[in-house]
Amino acid sequence: MMNQHVRQTPAHFMACAASALVLGLGILGLGTLSAKAEVKPAIIYDLGGKFDKSFNEGAYRGAEKFTAETGIAYRDFEIQNDAQREQGLRRFARDGFSPIVAVGFSQASALEKVAAEFPNTQFTIIDMVVDKPNVQSIVFQEHEGSFIVGLLAARASKSGKVGFVGGMDIPLIRKFACGYVQGVKYGKASAEIFQNMTGTTGAAWADPVKGAELAKSQIERGADVIFHAAGGTGLGVLRAAADAGKLGIGVDSNQNGLFPGKVLTSMLKQVDVATYKSFADSKAGTWKAGVQVLGLKDKGLGYAMDDNNKALVSPEMKSAADQAVSDIISGKIVVHDYMSDNKCPN
Amino acid sequence: MRRSLPLWAEVALMPLINIVAAFLISGLVVLFIGESPLEALRLMMLGALGSAEGLAFTLYYTTNFIFTGLSVTLAYRAGLFNIGAEGQAYLGGLGAALVCLTFPNWPAFLLLPMAMIGAGLFGALWGMIPGWLLAKRGSHIVITTIMFNWIATSLMSYLLVNVLRAPGSMQPESPAFSKAALMPSLDGFLNVLGLRLSNSPLNASFLLALLAALYVWLLIWHTRLGYEIRTLGANPGAADYAGVPTTKIIIITMGLSGLMAAGLSLNEVLGVQHRLLLDFTSGYGFVGIAVALMGRAHPFGVVCAALLFGMLYQGGSELAFDQPKITRDMIVVIQGLVVLFAGALEGLWRKPLLASFNLLRPKSTQSGPER
Repeated sequence: MMNQHVRQTPAHFMACAASALVLGLGILGLGTLSAKAEVKPAIIYDLGGKFDKSFNEGAYRGAEKFTAETGIAYRDFEIQNDAQREQGLRRFARDGFSPIVAVGFSQASALEKVAAEFPNTQFTIIDMVVDKPNVQSIVFQEHEGSFIVGLLAARASKSGKVGFVGGMDIPLIRKFACGYVQGVKYGKASAEIFQNMTGTTGAAWADPVKGAELAKSQIERGADVIFHAAGGTGLGVLRAAADAGKLGIGVDSNQNGLFPGKVLTSMLKQVDVATYKSFADSKAGTWKAGVQVLGLKDKGLGYAMDDNNKALVSPEMKSAADQAVSDIISGKIVVHDYMSDNKCPN
Repeated sequence: MRRSLPLWAEVALMPLINIVAAFLISGLVVLFIGESPLEALRLMMLGALGSAEGLAFTLYYTTNFIFTGLSVTLAYRAGLFNIGAEGQAYLGGLGAALVCLTFPNWPAFLLLPMAMIGAGLFGALWGMIPGWLLAKRGSHIVITTIMFNWIATSLMSYLLVNVLRAPGSMQPESPAFSKAALMPSLDGFLNVLGLRLSNSPLNASFLLALLAALYVWLLIWHTRLGYEIRTLGANPGAADYAGVPTTKIIIITMGLSGLMAAGLSLNEVLGVQHRLLLDFTSGYGFVGIAVALMGRAHPFGVVCAALLFGMLYQGGSELAFDQPKITRDMIVVIQGLVVLFAGALEGLWRKPLLASFNLLRPKSTQSGPER
């Protein structure tokens, strides 16, 4: 091993100095300040990264749509560690970007600090509330959307057994699960539900192999419809369900087309709409700070219907789902929110 | 004929060639995706050292790498390959957080030292268990330390989701600590030196890291325990025969190794985040292995290698920021190439270099003294 090289002692300083010299040669000038444009939007993604096929990618799609329509370019940044949240937000703010969309609840404490430092910059945070006069907080009523797909799952299931595969075991995903369970029970009181979380670390969002294993074991126990709220892991869930001739349910984006005819529906969480709207409102001068709760009512959530799942969702199922949607909006059905008391009634 | 390189070439020229090689290959990759490698290098250097804020971030990362590099170094000196700095640092954060959350009303002069002791104890304990398993049960230290990383991850996720989470928050993280638990920032200190800084993550942990490096150097080369550690590392059988209490030394070394790793949590938990959060270790513990290898398992080398990695981290993030085409994955590639050349392939140029030395100075070998 390297024992033979370890004799040298203080001469490491030399190595240090020499390396620093070479590396330092690169410093030649200073960056130029960019000119101030009317609207300079920017996005900071969460640790999952821009192309997670789910949540962050939704924000990316919304921004791309904005750029395609208006021709206004945007900047984005994928963080590598927690310290970079604050660093990234501050850099964008200092360079005059506004609005700045912070994707994910983990950005909250960083944003709280930076938003106070740049009171004239517009910030939008998704999935969390930050109470500052220049911050727009967009949160979703995920339990309502999960309820609807749970209802559809119960109606589509022949065995009376359905499954749920979550990503990382955090309150947000339990909120998904809880809404889903209530929806299933509403659709069929005797239904049996199997729940699994993929893991307890961030890796649980990107483990399709484990997702497929969990889905297979649920299928072995009799489940024939499986809903996932597991980011990239969910692709394995959907594939396992499709391979076994069962049905999967997608999440966040419309995933019906991934395995046409094998995905019952997808619970839509319109992060792209939220991002697009933040950019567009800022451009139009109608951007407003404050909390926006997006649910079924304002179509921030929904279930996906398209050609891929037309044959799977019968007209009766669809009308039952639509009825439940309007009942939730009118308040006739109250879906319990796990995060309100960290408990699930079922 | 020279059989080995002169000292200056071994410690200065070789690392330099390795780094240049890594940057040349990285340059090709940058060129391949259609960006200018020189511009990328310029942005990276400027980002890491070109401004007070960049420098502060570089030193902040350096702090993490010094601690984890020292952790790996200490164990390595005893012939133990500690892959568990990540988990030990993670548990160290738990120790600090438990103190801070249990005694929120303590004044800073009491709370801060106690939090540091808490972090140290937990980190040391998490290192000692694999040490004990090796010493008493013969379990392989590489396997156990890797496994203990996973146990730490699961334990912390459980605690953060179910026990320590702030009521009503969906973030799997603890409530914020009281102000008394803040590691003093170095901003004010650096501003005296003429830099203009605010809100940089650089804090007193950096000074602690330097002290820790000094301590490890003193410990290993100037104490009886250090002698026993080195003897154990050089030849366990001989150490045992010579009367070194190997069981005890293994457990103590792993404890000290865990203690060093826990320093990372001082920087992250007490210095920057002021609360315990999921995965605050962000892989610094694993990079510590590369830092220790590159620093030739010597505290001075570790500090230098940590500085290089600090520059790569900070410069890399600035590069990703300024050049949208260069994603964070590209930065990982560049960092990986540096690890590859400076760590794994560090002997690659030794033979050619030796040959060219012999070619250039054929006479000196007869007249000059052999090393």
